Amino acid sequence: MEMIIFEQLQEEMYYEKLDNGLDVYILPKKGFNKTYATFTTKYGSIDNHFLPPGKEEYVKVPDGIAHFLEHKLFEKEDGDVFQQFSKQGASANAFTSFTRTAYLFSSTSNVEKNLETLIDFVQEPYFTEKTVEKEKGIIGQEITMYDDNPDWRLYFGLIQNMYKNHPVSIDIAGTIESISHITKDMLYECYETFYHPSNMLLFVVGPVNPDEIMGMIKDNQSKKDYKNKPEIQRKFDAEPAGVAEKKQVLKMNVQTSKCLVGLKAANPTESGTIMLKNELSVNVLLDILFGKSSDHYTELYSSGLIDDTFSYDYSQELGFGFAMVGGDTNEPDLLASRLKAMLMEAKLAQSWTSDSLERTKRKKIGAFLRAVNSPEYIANQFTRYAFNDMDLFEVVPMLESLTIDDLTKAAERLISEDRFTVCQVVPKGK
Amino acid sequence: MAVILETIKNLKGYKLHIVKTAKFKTNTIVWKMKTPLTSENVTKRALLPYVLQSSSKAYESTTKLRSYLDELYGANLNVDVSKKGEFQIISFSLEIANEKFLSDPAPLLKKGMELIAAILVKPLTENGAFDKATVEKEKRTLKQRIQAVYDDKMRYSNYRLVQEMCKGEPYALHVNGEIDDIPQINPENLYEYYKQAFAEDEMDLYIIGDVNEEEVQSIADHLLQFEDRVPVQLKTAQTVSREEQIVKDQEDVKQGKLNIGYRTNVLYGDQDYYALQVFNGIFGGFSHSKLFINVREKNSLAYYVASRLESHKGLMMVMSGIEFENFELAVQIIREQMEAMTAGDFTEKEVEQTKAVIENQMLETLDTSRGIVEVLYHNVVSGQNVSLDDWLQGMSTTTKEEIVDVAKKIQLDTVYFLTGLEADK
Repeated sequence: MEMIIFEQLQEEMYYEKLDNGLDVYILPKKGFNKTYATFTTKYGSIDNHFLPPGKEEYVKVPDGIAHFLEHKLFEKEDGDVFQQFSKQGASANAFTSFTRTAYLFSSTSNVEKNLETLIDFVQEPYFTEKTVEKEKGIIGQEITMYDDNPDWRLYFGLIQNMYKNHPVSIDIAGTIESISHITKDMLYECYETFYHPSNMLLFVVGPVNPDEIMGMIKDNQSKKDYKNKPEIQRKFDAEPAGVAEKKQVLKMNVQTSKCLVGLKAANPTESGTIMLKNELSVNVLLDILFGKSSDHYTELYSSGLIDDTFSYDYSQELGFGFAMVGGDTNEPDLLASRLKAMLMEAKLAQSWTSDSLERTKRKKIGAFLRAVNSPEYIANQFTRYAFNDMDLFEVVPMLESLTIDDLTKAAERLISEDRFTVCQVVPKGK
Repeated sequence: MAVILETIKNLKGYKLHIVKTAKFKTNTIVWKMKTPLTSENVTKRALLPYVLQSSSKAYESTTKLRSYLDELYGANLNVDVSKKGEFQIISFSLEIANEKFLSDPAPLLKKGMELIAAILVKPLTENGAFDKATVEKEKRTLKQRIQAVYDDKMRYSNYRLVQEMCKGEPYALHVNGEIDDIPQINPENLYEYYKQAFAEDEMDLYIIGDVNEEEVQSIADHLLQFEDRVPVQLKTAQTVSREEQIVKDQEDVKQGKLNIGYRTNVLYGDQDYYALQVFNGIFGGFSHSKLFINVREKNSLAYYVASRLESHKGLMMVMSGIEFENFELAVQIIREQMEAMTAGDFTEKEVEQTKAVIENQMLETLDTSRGIVEVLYHNVVSGQNVSLDDWLQGMSTTTKEEIVDVAKKIQLDTVYFLTGLEADK
């Protein structure tokens, strides 16, 4: 077991790669009541075209199957795992993103027992035709719930504008139609492909003794017979550089319009330090352009084009990435054109100063300290970073190293007319 | 061992609460002020903190304030207006880095407290009125904030339930106020209300972090001084006993939203409050609860179904999203779960399991600084003095008989259903 010390943060972390390939990280957090653990596979909604182990031909699976599988892992022959966790005083949950499926619990007692339950339930699938059918009703209601949510529709509408072929444009939960095709055999096939320990990461954060926890995990894993497994083969269709649609307007039962503009990342193929630098550069850039202390924010707020729902964000993973800016507005077209002008002008003018860069660095460093108060943030973000060969604890040093030149490069890469798109939600009848 | 140590000092016009703990990398400052909800003032009060935040003498524009916050290592300033029982509560909170985790040793907590004080007591004014442009700008944003409730159907259906259930009671007022009140608010009458609020409200300052108590007290006392006051306490909310009512709205939605309101007849601090907590946990609070198992897992009717308590008003609210045509079936299943509770149809095991989860939830809440403030503030709202150890003890010694007794006190009041346009009823 390796120990990694973060001096400035006054934290230490323990790491070991087990014989079956599982990466285990433990971060002891003194003074906290709760222990939070995530068990995550590098498998999300975009992994819908792949070569199952031992097969000759690639398969394409129904939209929403990774999320469906997440639901079904909780059900076992003798009942559901939620019951087991709550008997042990824990609360459990799970989520599926574009690239990950994470199972988690938090508890303030029975930590080892809960950890054992977490690992075992994820590693012992139990799918039957009957329980698969039953779940279709439940997930159907989850899908309908999101259908009525204008912010979700806006967010996904913008991604669909950007991506023509890449599966990131498919709703994570799928559709009622697509999940109707899911069978127990398909679930097993996805499971066998993506849930091998060598494709997974276990993170434990809380007031724990790292030696005992690591010992327990190793003991648990050594009893299970995992064969070596070749690397996972995924397939993605080629994606054009430009956006699929320049604009989309969704009419919904709302009173206030919404507008998001997006920039599709140019060929996001990097990982590791290069990706970290790019991601942070873009984030700092967006902060300088649209943060609450920026001139743009003041202009938009004072002229009544935005309110306190205004936000901006950049996400990137291997194969896709996008920046988004916007929020509720009474003038969706005017806001879209102002945001577009601001972005295009920023690329030309390159007017960021070292003052604004230094101030934004400070802001981001403080935000990082605030974030590491949260065990959830540490476990979830560390995993996301690790799956992209990045190190969460390199964020502050990397921020400190950013230069004006890095911002200029980020702007030149990100901002481009043919990768710009708009999505709006407007009241029906307008 | 006490789970948390809260030191309370009486300063001029408010109480200072300090929770010293080394577990966070930041310090948190929260200013709270509360007064009974009234239709006369609800909208002004919803607007006030946003105007104060947007323009103080020292930071007359958002740009200036936000640049300063960035310099303070991205200190996180939030304002919020909330409803607890029949009180309307304004909160200002600031979370700021603890400099011991930075390479720059400049002390930040004092600067953070100075900033909060500047926002609270030194607003930008002219001739006894707030800055006009700021008030107009924030009125516009408030209007959009009120409208936003309508656009989020989960919040909207809960709001409609409360509106129908508590008709005629102050609790029916929306925390953000009424759109129709907004045009009447001007820089003069809002400033009058500001003076009134700071003269009459019950006010509390919380500081959570690795701080020096004497130092914090002396800074607070230096920055913030007000006249003494006797805060208004509300009488125990009287329950209106009436026939159950069913209210349905039709809207252009894809999923029906079912919200059911009950009167618990139990308030925070009451003898049987702990039994009510455990009751809610067995009935609908968690994913092992009766509602989740029967509505979701056994009948596949919903993705979410849960119950939650409003401890200071004595309400319990069930919420779920279902197909329009499943309305009757879902209501029937939920009624059956309530009948099972009053009949004592649950095991000692379920009781123990639920207590463990509630204790876990409470301890987890104390792992965030805002969680600590919210938990401690229950005492201020209820005028009680329940320590967390008492709370945990009271909850864990609840018996099955007490849970059944409390179940019998709970009365269904209103069934609200937001249904689709194409639904026939």
